[in-house]
Amino acid sequence: MQRKAVALISGGLDSLLAVRVMQEQGIYVEGINFFTGFCVEGHTHAIRKKDQKKPKRNNALWCAEQLGIKLHIIDIVEEYKDVVFNPKYGYGANLNPCLDCKIFMVKKAKEWMEAHDFDFIITGEVVGQRPKSQRKDTMPVVQRDSGIDDRLLRPLCARNLPPTLPEREGWVDREKLYDFSGRSRKPQMALARQFGFEDYAQPAGGCCFLTDEQYSLKLQDLWQARGEKRYEMDDIMLLKVGRHIRPAPEYKLIISREEGEGKFLQGYRKQYPSLKTTSHPGPLCLIDGDFAEEQIEQAARIVARYSQGKNADKVELEYRDTEGNTRQLKVTPLPPHELKKEWVV
Amino acid sequence: MAHETLDCRRLLCPMPVIRVQDRVAELQPGDELEAICTDPGVMQDIPAWCRINGHQVLEQKVEDDEYILRIRVGEPSP
Repeated sequence: MQRKAVALISGGLDSLLAVRVMQEQGIYVEGINFFTGFCVEGHTHAIRKKDQKKPKRNNALWCAEQLGIKLHIIDIVEEYKDVVFNPKYGYGANLNPCLDCKIFMVKKAKEWMEAHDFDFIITGEVVGQRPKSQRKDTMPVVQRDSGIDDRLLRPLCARNLPPTLPEREGWVDREKLYDFSGRSRKPQMALARQFGFEDYAQPAGGCCFLTDEQYSLKLQDLWQARGEKRYEMDDIMLLKVGRHIRPAPEYKLIISREEGEGKFLQGYRKQYPSLKTTSHPGPLCLIDGDFAEEQIEQAARIVARYSQGKNADKVELEYRDTEGNTRQLKVTPLPPHELKKEWVV
Repeated sequence: MAHETLDCRRLLCPMPVIRVQDRVAELQPGDELEAICTDPGVMQDIPAWCRINGHQVLEQKVEDDEYILRIRVGEPSP
């Protein structure tokens, strides 16, 4: 009887290798890729024009294709909010709830496994590779809190861990699993060469925006301004785009930095009031929050400061509300010394 | 055979792939689905998803900054 495993596929090298190790042992594998909304893998490459020359592949799909397995991409954006807002085990260096995230994903994979009559779950985790979720003392926590117990196999470091059900039952040969540990990537790279994998993804800062300091600061700023931990999909996408400047607690400006971002922000002009320079080439700016009439001019002066008319006496802009009503403004660009450091999120 | 259209405008990858995946799951083999998208990433991601899952991309084109893919739903694998 061929046993079936479901693999958590991030798109990185480790999950790619973990699946191949299982396939070498005759296990049938399908992959799951969870979309939290914070995945670096996803949408950001669509936004900035300068990135458009890079290949736009989705690495999870690429891995699945290399491995010849099916991949199920699952939208967990709504359910994931609770993980971000209330992580039982707290945050990492930034707003990354890594341990809670892993528990949640394994729990969701367990539900999928049971619904589809699979036998166990595999991940590409390696003991000691991540400071919070991949430690010898936290890995059992994932098994316990997710409810998966010993049906979770980590092929790349299994020999450093107690035997799991698939090993004890002889579904897989423990001797053919690996004992990788620590942060070095050399053993994985050697194994990749052995399997003939090239051109695999090597994300420098992990696969989640919540591990990014600047991104986390922007998210904290958003929560602070709203007086509660809350976000929608559009919020977390907009945090990845443009300069964010908060001249007053009630409102924030999101100013495009280049053409690609400007084009992307245009799609939001029915949801947010906007400013666009008309007398000079310049950015598009969305205004997020509640602002008074007199603050529009201040916002326009800031936007003008980032246009090609920044040294001109006057710059003209178009203000547009969410209904599409427009009016013209003529302002003096804000001099650099008047742009307060604390405004920049 | 059904011919359906799926509006994926303004969605960024992988959301268009997820929408296509979920819609295809409700269709029958041989049905056709046209996805209209604005993220150029779909030109790579949706065909990759189709190859992995046994569906056929009949056509992919760009019209007025929109990326349009026509897909034929494949037979379910055993």
